[in-house]
Amino acid sequence: MATKIDDDMIEYVSILAKLELEGEARAQARSDMEKMIEFADMLNEIDTEDTDPAVQVIDMENVFRDDTVTNGDNREDMLANAPAKKNGQYMVPRTF
Amino acid sequence: MKNYETVIGLEVHVELATKTKIFCGCSTSFGGDPNTHTCPVCTGMPGSLPVLNKKVVDHAIAVGLAANCEINRSCRFDRKNYFYPDNPQDYQISQLYEPICQNGHVDIDVDGKRKSIRIHEIHMEEDAGKLIHDEAENMSLVDYNRAGVPLIEIVSEPDMRSAEEVIAYLQKLRTIIRYLGASDCKLQEGSMRADVNLSVREAGTEKLGTRTEMKNLNSFKAIARAISNERQRQIDIIEAGGRVIQETRRWDDTKEESFSMRSKEDAQDYRYFPDPDLPGIFISREWIDEIKASEPEFKDEKKRRYVSQYGIPEEDADIITDSKHMADIFEETARLCGQPKKAANWLMVDTIRILKELSKEPEDITFAPENLAKLIKLTEAGTINSSVAKEVFEKVFADNIDPEKYVKENGLAQENDESALREAVQKVIDDNPKSVADYRGGKEKAIGFLVGQTMKAMQGKANPGIVTGLLKELL
Ligand SMILES: [Zn+2]
Repeated sequence: MATKIDDDMIEYVSILAKLELEGEARAQARSDMEKMIEFADMLNEIDTEDTDPAVQVIDMENVFRDDTVTNGDNREDMLANAPAKKNGQYMVPRTF
Repeated sequence: MKNYETVIGLEVHVELATKTKIFCGCSTSFGGDPNTHTCPVCTGMPGSLPVLNKKVVDHAIAVGLAANCEINRSCRFDRKNYFYPDNPQDYQISQLYEPICQNGHVDIDVDGKRKSIRIHEIHMEEDAGKLIHDEAENMSLVDYNRAGVPLIEIVSEPDMRSAEEVIAYLQKLRTIIRYLGASDCKLQEGSMRADVNLSVREAGTEKLGTRTEMKNLNSFKAIARAISNERQRQIDIIEAGGRVIQETRRWDDTKEESFSMRSKEDAQDYRYFPDPDLPGIFISREWIDEIKASEPEFKDEKKRRYVSQYGIPEEDADIITDSKHMADIFEETARLCGQPKKAANWLMVDTIRILKELSKEPEDITFAPENLAKLIKLTEAGTINSSVAKEVFEKVFADNIDPEKYVKENGLAQENDESALREAVQKVIDDNPKSVADYRGGKEKAIGFLVGQTMKAMQGKANPGIVTGLLKELL
């Protein structure tokens, strides 16, 4: 069954994702979201009545590191990915 | 006006004293230039994989045991999703569904009464980065050095009823955690942070009122002020016929008021789900036993022992054992000089006074017990008098000097030789006929002045007992 994304939901998701969706972009987002949910809805076709929830597909536990510093100063490499930077810091839209 | 009861629960974040971050090998040390302690893991680069620091689990288990919690034999991490630039992964790795510790309690003493504060749970999580505002650019700048630093969050039940109880609870947690060496728990520096959940209800009623969560509390005093202010704010709303709104508020300690942090932009829906990158944790009985076996002697036990073993007053023992560091200094000093009461006195009086003057904590003491022990021995042997001892102690405290060497090098040894002192005393008697006449005329107090004059003549190094004896003899 196709899921409808109503205006309230679009508004709510855009607040959470800090996106401003207007006009064409809003219509596009609505259609994309509906398609995504429809895709995920396929899972509902499977009977999981007797299946335990799986948190992970890898069968491991207790994978630890020792508390030893292994990383040096990688600042230049790290900041190479930043669209904007200043004084060794990432520059982002004003938050407060 | 009706009688209201304040109901308080606390969420306490504690930064763990590990060398590296929770999921990567980046250093947690303070003071590095921005972003010099970062890597693809703690900045949330695609494809990077977190690997848990075992020490974090050790600390969490130790704190849980000390707070009488059940340790969950199996636990795991969950992702708490939110978008904010201090959080580079767009989710914080935390624990919601299976926290490491649950159902504990710590006991607090307020007004001579013991009360148990229940702990709902303790979970492990990672800290966020730091944002600063750049006026020139009208942008925000982000430093991820703190992102991924390990935290535990200790969530209490709403069992506290006053600011005094809240502070006693925080002090208790702080003492336990410092004794364990799991964190330095400094409120001012943010290595211990307390969020206060507070509601009020009519005294005698059971149903909890609507609560608010108060953030940005950086000292015990700020916590006390915020509690009294928020209690009154909620009572005023209710008395005016209004309803308290459940929200997060930010305390401004200089303005002494709080502000709502609610806004459209703060809408939250964390959509927690188990983190598929991190395998589950199984905590064996052996692991728990091993941590239990390495537990230190905690404050309450140590305090009782000091009173019985060293015969020092309970109040002194209480203050000394507030800090494990100070307690260690006390015991080592007492062992070295064999004078526990003297050792306690130097810590209780002079050390605490100097710490207060410098706005420091007992954890900041840097002098060696050997040097305090030597100072006590020098005083007991009569090598230096008490005023010189105080002067030397200032040096011990500040520079950890060796008192024996210092006294020798600076010629501070007390003059105990009667014949040498006799000369000085005679001179003072000759120079001060009026005081001598006063004393002989029955003014006993005049001898104090003469002792003082002799001490002065001897640059403070005379043995005051011998001087007094000589004066009485010669007069
Ligand atoms: Zn890192």
